[in-house]
Amino acid sequence: MTRFRLNGKEITAEMSGDTPLLWVIRDEAGLTGTKYGCGIGMCGACTVHLNGKAMRSCITPLSAVEGADITTIEGLDPKGAHPVQIAWQELQVPQCGYCQPGQIMQAAAALKDNPDISDADIDAQMTGNLCRCMTYPRIRAAVRQAANAMKGG
Amino acid sequence: MTRLNGSDPSLVVSRRGFLVSAAGAGLAFSFLTACETANSDAPAYQPTQWYAIGADGIVTVNIIRAEMGQHVGTSLARILADELEVAWDNVRISHVDTDEKWGLMVTGGSWSVWQTYPLYSRAGAAGRAAMIEAGAAALGVDASTCAAIGGEIVSGDRKISYRDIVRRGGLTRTFTQEEIDALSIKPVDERRLIGKPVTALDIAAKTTGAARYGIDASVEGMVYGYPIIPPTRNGGQINYVMDEPAKQITGYRETVVLQDKSNTVPGWAVVIADSWWAAKKAAEAITLEYQPTATMNVSEQQLQDHGRKLIADTAKGVVLATGNTNTAPLFRTAHSTLEAEYTTATALHFAMEPLNALAFEKDGKWEIHTGNQWQSLVLPWLATALETDAKNIVLKTYLLGGGFGRRLNGDYAVAAALASKATGKPVKMILSREADSKFDSVRSPSVQKLRMAFAKDNSVLAMEQHVACGWPTEVMAPFFMPAGEDNKPYDPFAINGANHWYSVGAHKVRAVSNDLANATFRPGWLRSVGPGFTNWALESFMDEAAHKAKVDPVQFRLGLLKAEGANAGTAPNSVGGASRQANVVRLAAERAGWGQPLPADTGLGLATSFGQERDMPTWVACVARVRVDRSTGGVRVERLTLVADAGTIVDPDGALAQMQGASLWGLSLALHEGTGFEDGNVKALNLGAYTPLRIADTPELDITFVDSREAPVGLGEPATTVVGPAIGNAIFNAVGVRMRHIPISAAAIKAAMG
Repeated sequence: MTRFRLNGKEITAEMSGDTPLLWVIRDEAGLTGTKYGCGIGMCGACTVHLNGKAMRSCITPLSAVEGADITTIEGLDPKGAHPVQIAWQELQVPQCGYCQPGQIMQAAAALKDNPDISDADIDAQMTGNLCRCMTYPRIRAAVRQAANAMKGG
Repeated sequence: MTRLNGSDPSLVVSRRGFLVSAAGAGLAFSFLTACETANSDAPAYQPTQWYAIGADGIVTVNIIRAEMGQHVGTSLARILADELEVAWDNVRISHVDTDEKWGLMVTGGSWSVWQTYPLYSRAGAAGRAAMIEAGAAALGVDASTCAAIGGEIVSGDRKISYRDIVRRGGLTRTFTQEEIDALSIKPVDERRLIGKPVTALDIAAKTTGAARYGIDASVEGMVYGYPIIPPTRNGGQINYVMDEPAKQITGYRETVVLQDKSNTVPGWAVVIADSWWAAKKAAEAITLEYQPTATMNVSEQQLQDHGRKLIADTAKGVVLATGNTNTAPLFRTAHSTLEAEYTTATALHFAMEPLNALAFEKDGKWEIHTGNQWQSLVLPWLATALETDAKNIVLKTYLLGGGFGRRLNGDYAVAAALASKATGKPVKMILSREADSKFDSVRSPSVQKLRMAFAKDNSVLAMEQHVACGWPTEVMAPFFMPAGEDNKPYDPFAINGANHWYSVGAHKVRAVSNDLANATFRPGWLRSVGPGFTNWALESFMDEAAHKAKVDPVQFRLGLLKAEGANAGTAPNSVGGASRQANVVRLAAERAGWGQPLPADTGLGLATSFGQERDMPTWVACVARVRVDRSTGGVRVERLTLVADAGTIVDPDGALAQMQGASLWGLSLALHEGTGFEDGNVKALNLGAYTPLRIADTPELDITFVDSREAPVGLGEPATTVVGPAIGNAIFNAVGVRMRHIPISAAAIKAAMG
């Protein structure tokens, strides 16, 4: 049994401690916005925030999050209106959309750490997140737009 | 026509004829009788089965195409809404489940807008006509004084909204087919939605985690299935399963060996457990032994050598009816000739969402919850496997976490259904990423031989293109194959692109089915399919020919794009013919600064395409600017300049998104992707070994569309096929080495530079 906070709510997970957090979030907590892509931490579709930092939930065992604060795409903003989400909507970034919760969580964490993000930083921060539809030009533009919005606000 | 089968004669004539008949079958207008009440509970009015106008004024458009990133509902609904005259804010889309009434359900080939445009235009026009009649009656005026504008019927200074017309009830207007055919479509200048920016209706949910994909489907009482994929795609037979160690794993239930009468998933075992992770752990503890299969030792080299052997045997293959195909005498008497071999490696789809399906039986009816691109293809397989009638099976529709052609082949749904049948429970089956790769319907490796014959003045006398590869359509949908010369069927998706619009004198295009490939794996349709490799060879070879003829490659192409004879084009889809291809070539070269001085080891390369098929040409040209590092052979793509003429652009932002994605997909296949067969299956199973394009390697894109009022055609794929040859040609112009295999590796460039 593992206790942690999921999107601000106390959770007691029953799955075995070696179960990747991804499957606990999806199948036990029923939050399906976090996606399974590669299972080896190389595509980024499963990205969530652990104590505010972006991390790959597919390779994070449940036992490692005891007492932690976990945020998923569903908990990023109560109205789905985080500046990164707004930029993603305005620039119509998603195509199939499957990787985009992971992209958004990665970008939100990157901008929190580095509000003055450079173009090179955007590439470096986002290049671990695969997008098979290749929405990369719009991801670049949306991270920049979100950075500007967050500074302006 | 509800689903494909070999006995339907309308299917075997040609793919185009088949599509037209499918659209015709779809025009079955049905009408709903409303009661005479002026209230908000009035039933929705359904002018046709394609949409309904609600008593709240909301128009809900039924979409039978799969949403896999192309915002297809947004494109198609707006065609209808424009003609119906409703505001975009009042439009909703509904991705429907399978039902006979929808006719053929397939999403691919960049066909959706092209196919749906005539159907939805007339469906919208029918609703508009019905609203005008009912509105005129409500206002007590003559219908000839009325116009439909933005969801209202207006006559002089009087008007009534569609909402209020529906609330009045009594809408029973019907149309005969003749009336539908006679309906007038709005003039181009009166379009309010087509070609204008609107918000795509699927975007918001894809940014909040609310979007539901097949992998997110669930039902009460389901168990999880983790398939163990046999060593080879075909012929699998399990000798025994030893699962004793798995019984120690909490949540493990059983391992089911699938009994499949449809032979879709031979040799499959599915591990069943209370969670997917428990099933995966159990699978790793289980030992299976398989019967040897005929293809268990096949390698990429063997597949390609077999293709070469087949090309060399002139009795093999099918020659397409491209007019004068008698090239041999011209090659015999030519002043000079050019010949080259081009190859492409096996490529994976690697959609982000691994294959999955949830299946269960309830009251004698089967429900399959999954993302799928060709429901009409998989339903008969499911019916055979489940030993039931297809009418007892419904495919529930979900978003696709990437299609790219993989989900045209719905074989994975059969496995989930059989596992559910064996366990008697709803089974949610998810392939691991590695299983998804092993079970991919890959893009077949290909071998091509190209030849050209020249006169003394270097004019082109004749050309040949011979293409050997696995044939997806032969393996999965043979009824879909048109006939070439001698009435022999061929797979258009394995050769399209070679039947180009250049005037080259005698022209022989020969498609050869690689039977070893067909036996070893299930060849797939991968985004852009045939042109993905035929255009790689064709457009690289055109540059080789230009250099041999000592003509600038752009001028060489323009000289052959004469728009005469069969290349002159026909209404409505290819008006202008090759002259439109020449136009995009000229425009792309201009925009990219063709002919301007460049830094050392930097080159521009151009390639062009007519898209997916001659019946539906999308004219595209691309100029790649690359820089080659001579010390490593590494290529940096600095910019891609693309120009497309796709006729009328229905959804401008969606069109741009497709061009962006397709061109980068082409870049990825040219430089970053590719695997090979080893011991009967693909080598690369996950991202350590398979390395699609990442953001850090994404170049600047300059994409423009030709302003056109011609018929709208497809955009999901065409930009894919020009990027590889543009890069290859740019590498040649940068450092003087000719690449004839994709993916192009740094090592190959370095080796060629010597």
